[in-house]
Amino acid sequence: MTLRPLTLFAGLYLLVLYAPIVLLPLFAFNEGTVIAFPLQGFTTEWFGALLDTPALHEATLNSLIIAMSTAVFATTLGLFAARAATRYRFPLKGGIVGFIMLPLVLPEVIVAISLLVVLMQVGINPGTWTIILGHTLICTPFSIAILQGSFSNMDKSLEEAAIDLGETPLSTFRLVTLPLVMPGIIASMLICFTISLDEFIIAFFLSGNEPTLPVYLWGQLRFPARLPIIMALGTILVVLSIGLLVIAEAMRRRGLRRAGLEDTGGFL
Amino acid sequence: MAGLAKALRSEAGRGYTLISPALAYALVLLAAPLLTILLFSFWTQSFLTIDRTFTFANYQEALTDPLYRALMQRSLWIAGMVTLVTVVLAFPVAYFISFHVRPDRKSLWLFLITIPFWTSYLIRVFLWRVILAFDGPVNGSLMGLGLIDEPLSWILYNANAVVITLAHAFAPFAILPIFVSLEKIDRSLLEAARDLGESKAMTFLRVTLPLAMPGVLAAVLIVFIPTVGDYVTPRLVGGSGGTMIANMIYAQIFDLNDRPMGATLAVLAMVIVTLVLLWVVTRLRAWLWLAGTSAGAAAVWLVPTVIVAEVAVIWALFTQAPALIGPIPALALLAGLTGALSVAILLRLPKGRFGI
Amino acid sequence: MTNAPIITLNAVEKYYGEYHALRGISAEIGRGEFFSLLGPSGCGKTTLLRAIAGFEDISNGHILLDGRDMEGVPPNKRPTNLVFQSYAIFPHLTVVENVGFGLRKSGLSVAEKRAAVAEALDMVGLADFGGRAAHALSGGQRQRVALARALILKPKVLLLDEPLSALDKKMREQMQSELRRLQRQVGITFILVTHDQEEALIMSDRIAVMFEGGIAQLADPQTLYRRPASRTVAEFIGMMNFLPAKVTTSGGGAVAQVPGLGAVHLAADQIPQGVPSGGAEIGVRPESLTVLYDGQPAPEFGADGQVTEVTYYGDMTYYDVLLDGAPRPVSVSMRNMLGRPVLDRGARARLAWDPRAMVLFPVAQTRP
Repeated sequence: MTLRPLTLFAGLYLLVLYAPIVLLPLFAFNEGTVIAFPLQGFTTEWFGALLDTPALHEATLNSLIIAMSTAVFATTLGLFAARAATRYRFPLKGGIVGFIMLPLVLPEVIVAISLLVVLMQVGINPGTWTIILGHTLICTPFSIAILQGSFSNMDKSLEEAAIDLGETPLSTFRLVTLPLVMPGIIASMLICFTISLDEFIIAFFLSGNEPTLPVYLWGQLRFPARLPIIMALGTILVVLSIGLLVIAEAMRRRGLRRAGLEDTGGFL
Repeated sequence: MAGLAKALRSEAGRGYTLISPALAYALVLLAAPLLTILLFSFWTQSFLTIDRTFTFANYQEALTDPLYRALMQRSLWIAGMVTLVTVVLAFPVAYFISFHVRPDRKSLWLFLITIPFWTSYLIRVFLWRVILAFDGPVNGSLMGLGLIDEPLSWILYNANAVVITLAHAFAPFAILPIFVSLEKIDRSLLEAARDLGESKAMTFLRVTLPLAMPGVLAAVLIVFIPTVGDYVTPRLVGGSGGTMIANMIYAQIFDLNDRPMGATLAVLAMVIVTLVLLWVVTRLRAWLWLAGTSAGAAAVWLVPTVIVAEVAVIWALFTQAPALIGPIPALALLAGLTGALSVAILLRLPKGRFGI
Repeated sequence: MTNAPIITLNAVEKYYGEYHALRGISAEIGRGEFFSLLGPSGCGKTTLLRAIAGFEDISNGHILLDGRDMEGVPPNKRPTNLVFQSYAIFPHLTVVENVGFGLRKSGLSVAEKRAAVAEALDMVGLADFGGRAAHALSGGQRQRVALARALILKPKVLLLDEPLSALDKKMREQMQSELRRLQRQVGITFILVTHDQEEALIMSDRIAVMFEGGIAQLADPQTLYRRPASRTVAEFIGMMNFLPAKVTTSGGGAVAQVPGLGAVHLAADQIPQGVPSGGAEIGVRPESLTVLYDGQPAPEFGADGQVTEVTYYGDMTYYDVLLDGAPRPVSVSMRNMLGRPVLDRGARARLAWDPRAMVLFPVAQTRP
């Protein structure tokens, strides 16, 4: 069999890819306070400690508010922009869409510093709102990319058919367009939510004294005694992320099935 | 008013109406801030007052001061290595999924590869510190196997650790675009090449690889750009020898309170990224063009050799020449040589093959 | 009133920027007519259909539907319904929901709607398919759902955009006769867009042949086939031989001297573009020429030549015959019948022809 070495390589690759994530629960349930081998005994103490950390709860709440707002704003902007990009022809379209997608190819630190400098200059204090603004900026391109897929998978004549059968443009959107792109909308919201929840640099620059979860985590990484708790938190986050991803993937597949298409690939 | 209403109903009008919220948002929160830091980079700051006289002093300092130069050099080196390692390791995996995995399983494989990417970036990076630590699993198992006597010191708190960690973090970014371009290759093209007498290896080099180039290019861009500006990894696993430009930007803004210098470094980072990408695109175009001409098989080997040579020359100019002829002339020479070649390629070679 | 046309097209023009997609289309389409727009891709036939449906604004001219100018009337307010090329079956709805889609604002009760949907499904032969999900249908079934969905609204005009192009040959032939039957049954005007000349000939009462945004000829199938208005139309519909001719006017008609055939007398209706002043060509279809076999009586008009190529199709044989004195061979089609031998290449052949089956065109004409 000629494909053996390649299969082996792919398997190893996957193994290395998952190595850090596999370690996470090991340390989260490890009794020792030092994040190192050999492991000691089993404990759920660190998960319990998560409950008595008010700063963590505040940061989590902050992050959730930011991630949800970002998901809604970015998906709304993305919905309109993706529709414009897939359904209409207009001068400078390529340039305009390219510009909106620019954050995809800008190092995040540049977005962060330029926003920060402007905020400082205008005299706005950084905080939850400014992070939402920054996250919406970097999430909109992802939303557009996902929704562009949904719109272009949809036969344009479906909307025309609804209008031809007596519906107004508005009711057509409600009865035909929305149900057909709904899986895309949900996938976009989930992905924007996940990106925002995990984003560090922009939040770090713009958070002021209202840290998000990653910013809080970053601060805790300096204290060795706090590390096992971080591992426990990380485990929970990883499980949640994977859960969200599985839902998003299921949505995407359902969308494809609804549109009567074959599955052609994964995310992005 | 009637004219306006009609214009809004037209196809272009509807398009503009729909795209305007996202466009306005990007103008206010992206274009305006970017222009602001561009402006800042020509100003100076002492303590809390900003001097708004237009000056190139920041650029002069950033390009000549050995500290900044070393930082940019290292950022480029690390990002380049990460890109190389990531793409070289990702290609076989993408190839495996596209050519050897059953069609109904491909989706699952892609899903498995994307999952780790969506889990907390901070924690993943931190865990690499654990993995690479002197009492971590890598050293532990190597010593356990008797391969080494004492823990390896070159795998943590230096540039190598940053490369390893970032290469891991950006793996799915490289696999997906390469996979997509491999999937698009009509399998009968490969059979045609075999039928016309090419060996398996040459079919790969003359058909598969050129056709996968758009994906490789996308992978290079997607990996290179964010890694140049990465902040977390150098801080967590880089030690003092692995600091990168983003860390310096942060230090300028928050620790040294020199916003203009931070802005200058950010602008320089963008310029460097743009130049590097331009370089990659033009050299790739030259390669694809040569591979398509009668030079054919020879070009497959010739061009990479030339490119490696050029990289060596660029590196020498960047690291050695400043000591001999001064930093600014060295940079000018560098820009002149590579720029002229890039412009020549852009102007002379037909564009558009495989969209490159 | 019932004799008034259901659709009047009056100098309809459409520009896409600089591109002139419709160049002054004028036509009247009668009630209960099966009307086809036939032409190659890019000729404007779909644009015209979509303009009638209301999906394209026209740049100039008028479209009157049942006497009412449709200017500014959106597609959802027009008494037309469209069967899309892709059928546009809503993938998130069942067959029943698809067919009943347009009844939402009809004011009918639930029971009445259900009855209407059942009737429509029955009409297209899908009585048992109501509960199916749309994506579980075959191409032919989708076609029927699209028809039922459009016809349930009892439009004054049903528009069909290449409805059969996505079907395989067998299914297409079946749907052709079924569409024809359906149209007679409901008595609604059908306007069919197609690029398939055979399909248009089989199904239509009248056909408008379109080239480059204009109607080249509007006629019933027989006239279109036997008396094409121009060489372009003649070439688009079926096959035709063209032989160079020298023409002199004679009364209302003309006399053409054709190498290989001799003098051909043509009546006025055989000269659609007038007697050419320059070069001219005689057009004759392969089946209007006949190879005579040994023992058949001498024809009124005959010509001799040599068989240069034989193509055997099973039911038909096509011969290329180089007539004595002619510059190039003519194609002759013969039905293979009992006792009629197939000639060999190189054999001598005697052809019979009929001047009434010929048309005269100018040479090197510009397209209409």
